[in-house]
Amino acid sequence: MSAVPIENIRNFAIIAHIDHGKSTLADRLIQLTGGLEAREMVEQVLDSMDIERERGITIKAQTVRLNYRARNGQAYILNLIDTPGHVDFAYEVNRSLAACEGSLLVVDASQGVEAQTLANVYQAIDNNHEIVPILNKIDLPAAEPDKVKQQIEDVIGLDASNAIGISAKTGLNVPEVLEAIVHRLPPPKGDRNATLKALLVDSWYDVYLGVVVLVRIVDGVMRKNQRIRMMGTNAAYDVDRVGVFTPKLTPAEELGPGEIGFLTGSIKEVADTRVGDTITDDRKPVAEALPGFRPAIPVVFCGLFPVDAAQFEDLRAAMGKLRLNDASFSFEMETSAALGFGFRCGFLGLLHLEIIQERLEREFNLELIATAPSVIYKIKLRGGGTMEIHNPVDMPDPMKIEQIEEPWIEATILTPDEFLGSVLKLCQDRRGNQKELTYVGNRALVKYDLPLNEVVFDFYDRLKSVSKGYASFDYHLTDYKPSELVKLQMLVNAEPVDALAMLVHRTRAEQRGRAMAEKLKELIPPHMFQVPIQAAIGGKIIARETVRAFRKDVTAKCYGGDVSRKRKLLEKQKEGKKKMRQYGKVDIPQEAFIAALKVDV
Amino acid sequence: MSAPDESAFGVYIHWPFCLSKCPYCDFNSHVRHAAIDEPRFVRAFAAEIAASAARAPGRTVSTIFFGGGTPSLMQPATVGAILDAVGKRWTVAPDVEVTLEANPTSVEATRFRGYRAAGVNRVSLGVQALDDDALKALGRTHTAQEALAAVAIARAAFERYSLDLIYARPGQTPQAWSAELKHALAEAAEHLSLYQLTVEPDTPFATLQAVGKLTVPNDDTARALYDTTQAICADAGLPVYEISNHARPGAECRHNLVYWRAQEYAGIGPGAHGRLDIDGERHATATERRPEAWLMRVEALGHGIVSDDTLLRSQMADEFLLMGLRLAEGIDPARFERLAGRTLDPHRIKILQDEGAIELTADGRLRVTLSGFPVLDAVVADLAA
Repeated sequence: MSAVPIENIRNFAIIAHIDHGKSTLADRLIQLTGGLEAREMVEQVLDSMDIERERGITIKAQTVRLNYRARNGQAYILNLIDTPGHVDFAYEVNRSLAACEGSLLVVDASQGVEAQTLANVYQAIDNNHEIVPILNKIDLPAAEPDKVKQQIEDVIGLDASNAIGISAKTGLNVPEVLEAIVHRLPPPKGDRNATLKALLVDSWYDVYLGVVVLVRIVDGVMRKNQRIRMMGTNAAYDVDRVGVFTPKLTPAEELGPGEIGFLTGSIKEVADTRVGDTITDDRKPVAEALPGFRPAIPVVFCGLFPVDAAQFEDLRAAMGKLRLNDASFSFEMETSAALGFGFRCGFLGLLHLEIIQERLEREFNLELIATAPSVIYKIKLRGGGTMEIHNPVDMPDPMKIEQIEEPWIEATILTPDEFLGSVLKLCQDRRGNQKELTYVGNRALVKYDLPLNEVVFDFYDRLKSVSKGYASFDYHLTDYKPSELVKLQMLVNAEPVDALAMLVHRTRAEQRGRAMAEKLKELIPPHMFQVPIQAAIGGKIIARETVRAFRKDVTAKCYGGDVSRKRKLLEKQKEGKKKMRQYGKVDIPQEAFIAALKVDV
Repeated sequence: MSAPDESAFGVYIHWPFCLSKCPYCDFNSHVRHAAIDEPRFVRAFAAEIAASAARAPGRTVSTIFFGGGTPSLMQPATVGAILDAVGKRWTVAPDVEVTLEANPTSVEATRFRGYRAAGVNRVSLGVQALDDDALKALGRTHTAQEALAAVAIARAAFERYSLDLIYARPGQTPQAWSAELKHALAEAAEHLSLYQLTVEPDTPFATLQAVGKLTVPNDDTARALYDTTQAICADAGLPVYEISNHARPGAECRHNLVYWRAQEYAGIGPGAHGRLDIDGERHATATERRPEAWLMRVEALGHGIVSDDTLLRSQMADEFLLMGLRLAEGIDPARFERLAGRTLDPHRIKILQDEGAIELTADGRLRVTLSGFPVLDAVVADLAA
């Protein structure tokens, strides 16, 4: 690999809303600079997990080095860090941005600016990025580039006069993007002769290589066989390999200042690497570390239980494997009277929860039941003392509680104005306080303070459904506020079902209890006896439904000796029973747990 | 009732033809407008009996049952020839029960004495209803009076006979049914099969029901009709011995007991099913359903079997529960354990016992109670789970 002077390096990120074409543009850039042979190109090269390609989202940051000969005849190295677009992965965005000097802001020329674009572009501005606005999909008939340019200026406050109109799909004007990267984004700064100082951007586990660490070199040079020290964890390792992604993993002799690449060494677990840590030379360490990142902490919790109790150990192993790659996901063992052995898990947000659940089911062939998502509540006890809980089971006796506090968020929602009424109603219903309402062309930008516990209950799905998919949403945690929260319990045949318990606001409890009771009535099959279903707060029953008993359920006549047909029916019934949880005397189908928790109120 | 021993052996013969198809029936029956070549069928039945006996030799036949279709369309000579074939290949018990299903029409009743002479000693008459409108709605071609005349002939010709009735028919009230049932009881000497109307998929009734032109009584009414039936029959000295069958004690249909007790039986003829124990394994056999295809298959291969599966222990256990729990005598849990290699879940047993759906008898049998019978399918599903 020829040495390229630091002035000819450009490190950049692409900021875009889901579906606005970030990954497609990345594909084009890779193709134009010859990073992959045509036969190696698959759609959305950087989204390497199946689930990323299917959902069109990026979960893990990915990086690729592009070798580009510009029109001025000079050779450049362009390092692209692909960033996740979803709010749950904001921390990944932040550290990707910290490794770059500039960003491409990709906006769909027919859709316009979305809430997540806003959040990410502000982060880029905070990181002192130069930003090149790009309007994608200008080949579509619905494209309104001038209107969207105006929006970028009005909403973001960014000069969009020299935005580049492209079609990532057809490749139209994509070469201009490469030129803009070279000429409009600044090169990194760094001193090759100084002591090694590098930012640990990300790390993951690779079955063949072990832990792979993504680094951005700030000063100095990182080489094979060098002994390095992580300043935060104060651990030293020997470097086995350094290299870059083209996007294939390609070994190199060294990584110089301004470069982005990887190292592997004697590091055992991803947990040994701290994202945001500073890496230096073990023999002559730098005195001062780089500013680190705020660690990503779980904010949403739920229980995950195997449908088939025999899969518990498989689930434990699968979670351990996933955690190798995703240190932001936490789990500890939990037992439930209704669901048996499982795990209480912490996630960065609801999407993160869904993705982990889906990966466990898909990649490890597990069938799971998830309990009600919860947030962290802070409880002040009478007579002093505080505690934090995220599992309704842990809630102390209400008599002992002086005050409960719940986390609040500030939500930013952008919606076409015809859906504004429904969006506002949804936010009001979820106990929201409106903070701001402005118009950007024919779209409304709303800011709401909302309790997080209302958002973790399919707020996002509801928002998508009331706005026909047009509204976009972003949030950040603000603070904790005292709240009138009660523990809502569901009783099936007079026994409380722990897996269905949840903390809800007093004003919302009755409505939710009633809706859950109705849903359970629908989904619990008839038994030999009547099954009462009740919702209760403390000892008080607030809703009641009854599953009627069988009156008649018998096959009058069996055809001759054809027992096989009846046996097959019985086998089907038994399969169905296997998917139920025997709770006391009652068989509760697994989908009843899921549906009752997802019930829309 | 005979002791529930495991050594009984039944032979089922299927005659697949009917003069017309009843709209509720999903059995393997076919209407043919040309004459049936009965001698050719006899040869095929005999061949299949021989093939079956070769696979399950040395059995002593305790029951033979001609089902259908409409076996009473066969010439008595045909029946005689088939019985001869059975006797040629297996030992036949001196007290063998030989049942033939018959339609109670005047034409068919003329053959009853012939059947008796051929060796049939029990008939099961498909009376179905004692109400002409109901018979018409069920697609039956005889009147109530014609049926009663046939019953009288059967009574004179055979030692034993049974009547079949269908109840829980559209619009039927418990009052009307109890009158009809009492009438039937007066006509029946020892045995009644009383089936609640079930709308089976892919029948004309299913089509009618789908378009709203047929409404069967709801579960509450069906339950009331069932309860009425139990009370009246018990009073008349014909208590329930199987979910839909009533008999004077000792007059139970021994052939059907073979099925319900999960004993061995050979299935002969188009679409017949068998259960044979060969080399310590239970085989589930089924033959080709289409009569002409079955005929050609037997003529080419010597048998009409299209599927022959060795049952797993779990499958034997399921069948044992499914069939055995239909009987008032219930099942022997020890035999379940031998078949299944596991015990029944004591937790499930406890729940069902507490609900009064099942009971354990003094001699250690487990049986469904009279209040459990109406929800038998749910009880079986619970115990099998």
